[in-house]
Amino acid sequence: MPYIELKDVSFAYPGGFLAVDGVSFSIEKGENVAIVGQNGAGKTTTVKLLNALHYPTAGDVVIGGESTKGRTTAQVSRTVGYVFQNPDDQIFHSTVYSEVEFGPRMMKLPEKQIKEQVDYALKITGMKRFREENPYNLPLSVRKFVTIAAIIAMDCDVMIFDEPTAGQDFNGNKRLSRIISELSGRGKTLITISHDMVFVADNFSRVIVMSNKKVIWDGKPEEVFWNMPVLEEAMLKQPYVSRICNALGLSGSVTRMDDAVEIIAKACGKNTSEDLEA
Amino acid sequence: MGTVIEFANVTYNYPLTKRPAIKNLSLKIEEGKFYGVIGANGSGKTTLCALIRGFAPSFYQGKLEGKVLIDGKPTTEYGPGELALRIGYAFQNPFNQISGVKDTVFEEIAFGLENFGVPFEEIEDRVVDVMRLTKIEQLAMKNPFEMSGGQQQRLALASVLALNPGIFVIDEPTSQLDPEGTESVFEIIEMLKAQKRTVVLVEHKVDLLAEFADEMIVLKGGELIRFGDKQEILSDISLEEKGVQLPQYAVLGNKLINKGIALDYIPITEKQAVEVIGKAVRQGGAS
Repeated sequence: MPYIELKDVSFAYPGGFLAVDGVSFSIEKGENVAIVGQNGAGKTTTVKLLNALHYPTAGDVVIGGESTKGRTTAQVSRTVGYVFQNPDDQIFHSTVYSEVEFGPRMMKLPEKQIKEQVDYALKITGMKRFREENPYNLPLSVRKFVTIAAIIAMDCDVMIFDEPTAGQDFNGNKRLSRIISELSGRGKTLITISHDMVFVADNFSRVIVMSNKKVIWDGKPEEVFWNMPVLEEAMLKQPYVSRICNALGLSGSVTRMDDAVEIIAKACGKNTSEDLEA
Repeated sequence: MGTVIEFANVTYNYPLTKRPAIKNLSLKIEEGKFYGVIGANGSGKTTLCALIRGFAPSFYQGKLEGKVLIDGKPTTEYGPGELALRIGYAFQNPFNQISGVKDTVFEEIAFGLENFGVPFEEIEDRVVDVMRLTKIEQLAMKNPFEMSGGQQQRLALASVLALNPGIFVIDEPTSQLDPEGTESVFEIIEMLKAQKRTVVLVEHKVDLLAEFADEMIVLKGGELIRFGDKQEILSDISLEEKGVQLPQYAVLGNKLINKGIALDYIPITEKQAVEVIGKAVRQGGAS
């Protein structure tokens, strides 16, 4: 049985605005999934349904065999941690340390475990050096890492990152990649929303495409990023390296930089395995 | 084309800080060109923008050494509000842009025009035009604070476009936009360029700067480390060590050269990549 299951889920905001329309998908424990699509496609509403910030107005959301119906956000969020799109919707403490410590403390974990989990979260997000800093003294792009640390410190089985790449620079994106691979290596189930197709192609094994409140495709990056009708419907583009391979007629599946280098080198008559030995 | 913005040996400290946010910076910005500002977060990009608009030091206080000249006159010698007419400024965080005193998108955009005494009949036309341009016309009656981050970013840009200034300073306008929305912002900037407007744009999406910008301003630790021709700057792989993202095509070009493949030059745009890598493939296939 899948760990997370959305069964024909719809959600309408009070007032009637339908934000998610009949969405179904399931995610196994330990999967690393990206959700992509236009602004307003329903991505954020969908992930908020996973940790009971919203409850479906139709259909059912099942986490670990249990429906979110009848469970509080506080209960569900022990299993499913959500990092808000806007860090300022999440931060409310005066130091980075107390912000990150809040979750595990609320869970009433033993003191030693709180310390271990907080230290680990600060370390892998690179926030250790800011532990005594007021989060609002840090730039927005760094504040985002504070909120990511706060969720990692709770050690939830499932972690959801909502547009972590927004406003990140070169090193910020690299740090996000490292965090995702570290958590994935620990068996965490990860769901990330992003507009950055290069980042998505590089870091995820599965991509869910949403458009106009529905899921229109769900598959491997190479299936999504070479499926022109789906990209067009979701108003997305191929990653740049896919575009060049496409334009040169070299491949029907490349989505990552290093694969593009290999395939172009081969087309140029370079024997790449010899190069590696040399 | 003349110089419209000049930094003459500028060093600037925010209040109560020891390390300058901008250090010994000199450069000249020419009328009608599109400048992309890049560098790691914390490198001084937003401060550069605030200095052009005069917010630093007039609003943020702090200590300014050297001069920032707009049309030859130091920003510190302009009267309050004078620079607002000359320079349109879109904040990084759209929340800082939105007045908070207007209940609808339409009124919010009209607010700036009212303040500048634009005749009433003209206001409506201009507001409708910029709403269409930024694709928010269907949100005209919405409360700005009930909009998504991406929608607020479009509103902030619309408010600035409505004023129709000669110089645009735009700080990360696309950070929360989807790829389609991002391209539409660059299309708007193309249009501004066609109207001979000067544009200074802070942007992490360097692939799009490679496509659209004329010149690059590269900052590190408050200092200007590169300035000028985008082709040369955006193909220089050593900038990655300074926390600067290069366009994907430039990274690809550098990696291919490391593999021993001869390229005529390092591409930074798709068109260039197709041309130069395509040539290498054709020659390689023939040999």
